[in-house]
Amino acid sequence: MACVIENRLIAAIQDGLPIAPRPYSIIAGQLGLTEQEVIERIQDLIEDGTINRFGVVVHHRPLGFTANAMVVWDIPDDEVDAVGERFASSPGVTLCYRRPRRRPEWPYNLFCMVHGKDRACVRDDVDRLAHSCDMDASYAILFSTRAFKQRGAHYVSAPERIDEATAAASG
Amino acid sequence: MCQRRSGSTKRRQPPVDNIDRAIINTLQGGFPIRERPYAAAAAVIGITEQELIQRIERLIEAQTLSRFGPLFNAEKLGGAVCLCAMEVPADDFDRTAGRVNAFVEVAHNYARDHPFNMWFVLATEYPPDIAEAAARIEEATGYAVHEFPKIDEFYVGLKLDA
Repeated sequence: MACVIENRLIAAIQDGLPIAPRPYSIIAGQLGLTEQEVIERIQDLIEDGTINRFGVVVHHRPLGFTANAMVVWDIPDDEVDAVGERFASSPGVTLCYRRPRRRPEWPYNLFCMVHGKDRACVRDDVDRLAHSCDMDASYAILFSTRAFKQRGAHYVSAPERIDEATAAASG
Repeated sequence: MCQRRSGSTKRRQPPVDNIDRAIINTLQGGFPIRERPYAAAAAVIGITEQELIQRIERLIEAQTLSRFGPLFNAEKLGGAVCLCAMEVPADDFDRTAGRVNAFVEVAHNYARDHPFNMWFVLATEYPPDIAEAAARIEEATGYAVHEFPKIDEFYVGLKLDA
């Protein structure tokens, strides 16, 4: 039963929080819970890691972060953890993941997102990353040229969901 | 050296001022989970609850903010996300983008300058749905979908400084 309520709570907030003085009270009204119960359940979801973070999701471009690159590296498997940790704490890097190679077309196993005010800034940041490697790692910078679709992912079904405004995001 | 520029753009959005930037920087780090969360966040920023609410509404309307609320850990929910790439000929790119974006499983899609030139994220309720969605995209577009699932995530501490 707890799981049903939890799913309904997640469905209610996954598109965003009501923008009104008492948002948790609005959600509580929709779910037949008290405001305090909603607050406690959301805190539980944050504590157990179901919710990574609670806050704003920004579109980078309107804030002047017009350059965004996916920078991909071919790092020996036994060094990728150490290099990934280091890259993740470096300026400009907003995400850092290890992913599989897809040889022969794709030799890269470490993926970083680097955001900057322009491409020169991004290249500076990438140069610093490259110099921080002991080995001559081969890498590629994939600048984004257009963003077609940017919305929050949906993990829990709710009836008749429309993605209108967020799907229209463009750059 | 890289020069810091202000956020002025050629686009239609109204300019983002210093209070907007303070709001974004503050809320990127989290949002209070309590009875009057906007009042609590507004006090930290130094504005009124009403002004914070109005500004958040405006920033969402202008699409400076894409969302305001929780970011979920997909795996914890039993769901799955997967980065995917396709190699699409330039003259077929727009048609293909339209077909790919029509899938509800596609959460983001970016054109990038590489032979693998279309990069999108699939997000589904159940892990097996990723391969199934990728197969349907291959069928709808005629191009191979390369899957790049996350093996490890390295924690990025610093957020963007708006």
